[in-house]
Amino acid sequence: MRPFDYVRADDPAGAVAAMAERPDAAYLAGGTNLVDHLKLGITAPDLLVDLGRLDLADIEELPDGGLRVGAMVRNSDLAADPRVRRDHPMLSRALLSGASGQLRNAATTGGNLLQRTRCVYFQDPTTPCNKRAPGSGCSALGGYTRYHAILGASDACIATHPSDMAVALAALDATVVVLGDDGEKRLPLTALHRLPGDEPERDTVLEHGDLITAVELPPPDGAARTRSTYRKIRDRASYAFALVSVAAVLELDPDAARPTILSARIALGGVAHAPWRARRAEQLLAGAPATRESFRRAAAAELERARPVAGNEFKVTMAQGAMGSVLAELAGLGEENEDSPDE
Amino acid sequence: MGHPVHLIIDGQPHDLTVDPRTTLLDALRDHLGNMSPKKGCDHGQCGACTVLVDGRRLNSCLLLAVSLDGAEVLTSDGLAPDGEPSVLHTAFLEQDAFQCGYCTPGQICSATGVLREAADGHPSVVTEDHGHDHPIELTEDEIRERMSGNLCRCGAYVNIVAAVRQAAGASTASEGTAR
Ligand SMILES: Cc1cc2nc3c(=O)[nH]c(=O)nc-3n(C[C@H](O)[C@H](O)[C@H](O)COP(=O)(O)OP(=O)(O)OC[C@H]3O[C@@H](n4cnc5c(N)ncnc54)[C@H](O)[C@@H]3O)c2cc1C
Ligand code: SF4
Ligand code: FES
Ligand code: FES
Repeated sequence: MRPFDYVRADDPAGAVAAMAERPDAAYLAGGTNLVDHLKLGITAPDLLVDLGRLDLADIEELPDGGLRVGAMVRNSDLAADPRVRRDHPMLSRALLSGASGQLRNAATTGGNLLQRTRCVYFQDPTTPCNKRAPGSGCSALGGYTRYHAILGASDACIATHPSDMAVALAALDATVVVLGDDGEKRLPLTALHRLPGDEPERDTVLEHGDLITAVELPPPDGAARTRSTYRKIRDRASYAFALVSVAAVLELDPDAARPTILSARIALGGVAHAPWRARRAEQLLAGAPATRESFRRAAAAELERARPVAGNEFKVTMAQGAMGSVLAELAGLGEENEDSPDE
Repeated sequence: MGHPVHLIIDGQPHDLTVDPRTTLLDALRDHLGNMSPKKGCDHGQCGACTVLVDGRRLNSCLLLAVSLDGAEVLTSDGLAPDGEPSVLHTAFLEQDAFQCGYCTPGQICSATGVLREAADGHPSVVTEDHGHDHPIELTEDEIRERMSGNLCRCGAYVNIVAAVRQAAGASTASEGTAR
């Protein structure tokens, strides 16, 4: 491991200033991704700016009824917070289906968003990888692709973003608050992560030294409380990354004679370089009858754009099926019976 | 290069000077000769290095010692002061919850964290009544889910679950909150 200096930041402005002077410096939060990468030689900063003592570990209520989650709030504390469990159970479930109890005790809100892909070639410095070493090639193409993207990938990189929490936050319309050299900026969570394009080395739109200070959740609505969930499909029942995951909030029209969808907010995990907000499906569902057929059609429309590679074709069917069945469950349609379609 | 760090380890204060690259696991084993936490994978995947830091279970292989100035660290050894086994040590012995024993100190520290988290009402992903803040009953499903960050290469899982169940029963009974 390359030697590095270490400083402990006292306040957010001090952290940003410490980074500004050092182009090869990195922030240290829970360390569960960064320390691993230091050992693997994936990254070699010459200075770590420790965020551990920043006053960013609280969850505060906002005037509009939303919640402001400090960047240093640990994943386990966010998942256990009574307000989050009541108002945004989908977020709590997403957090709890990630990693392990020990890791969630360390992992932070900011670090979770900025964790890097688990692509095995990215994590192995002996193999070509455009994300780790731009221009060296992509070893995943023609290689092991089970955990790789089916939507929005490029010829340069087919990696996925591994976070469960970010998928729930994308469906919740969360906002990310960032402090940079030029002051504070706010961006929708869905605008934080990029698609790879021809710059796969850039995971997000953030610049060097940008500090995530908080994530803000909008005020809860009835649908988020009662008709929302997070489902994760993986190779083991626990302690495994998602092959495919679905976060969804479904709002039904209380005044309609037959069950009708007012709105749906859906995000998919494990399928793209960013949490994938399923806007096309959402558009089709708004105003549609709350039937299995509507959900199936919307899921199919969203996955129409899928471009799987050899070895991960199964994820198209898996994502489509998971999305349809999660929505049907939220609409109260119960277990699907293949033999008797409801339309 | 050296950074001063003050740590309280298993009740004893220590003043160390560490290279910032030193993990807590390496500080414990290589600098202080505390061999209780084990190095399995060194990448946060196996849980053999689990210790309690200020009461929370954490993977010591992913923590930089330099970042922990002032922290209280407990290893499985420290949970048995003066050789007096804890409820969990006893349960592991009585339920035969190990074979080679390599993963055991990490299992014990992790399970200690699990008992506290459940008593504090922290849900897991298999908790049915997710929205309600009350002590969680540690069923086998709950234990399996909550202990999934601790691998056992000998496959002693069945008895590990039984040991945690025994300890959970003992600790809720002794607190008078059996449900
Ligand atoms: C074995 C294992 C299994 C896992 N399984 C899952 C899983 O199933 N699902 C899942 O979602 N995750 C999983 N994880 C990943 C885990 O969730 C992340 O490692 C964790 O969330 C990262 O948070 P951290 O605070 O430790 O970040 P760090 O490791 O400290 O930092 C990560 C990155 O973010 C940057 N950073 C941190 N905080 C800020 C900030 N406030 N502003 C700007 N930059 C910042 C750092 O510089 C670094 O580049 C797993 C990890 C391991 C080791
Ligand atoms: S998929 Fe992306 S991260 Fe993986 S090897 Fe290819 S370029 Fe690297
Ligand atoms: S040695 Fe730390 S988790 Fe394996
Ligand atoms: S008892 Fe041998 S690894 Fe668990």
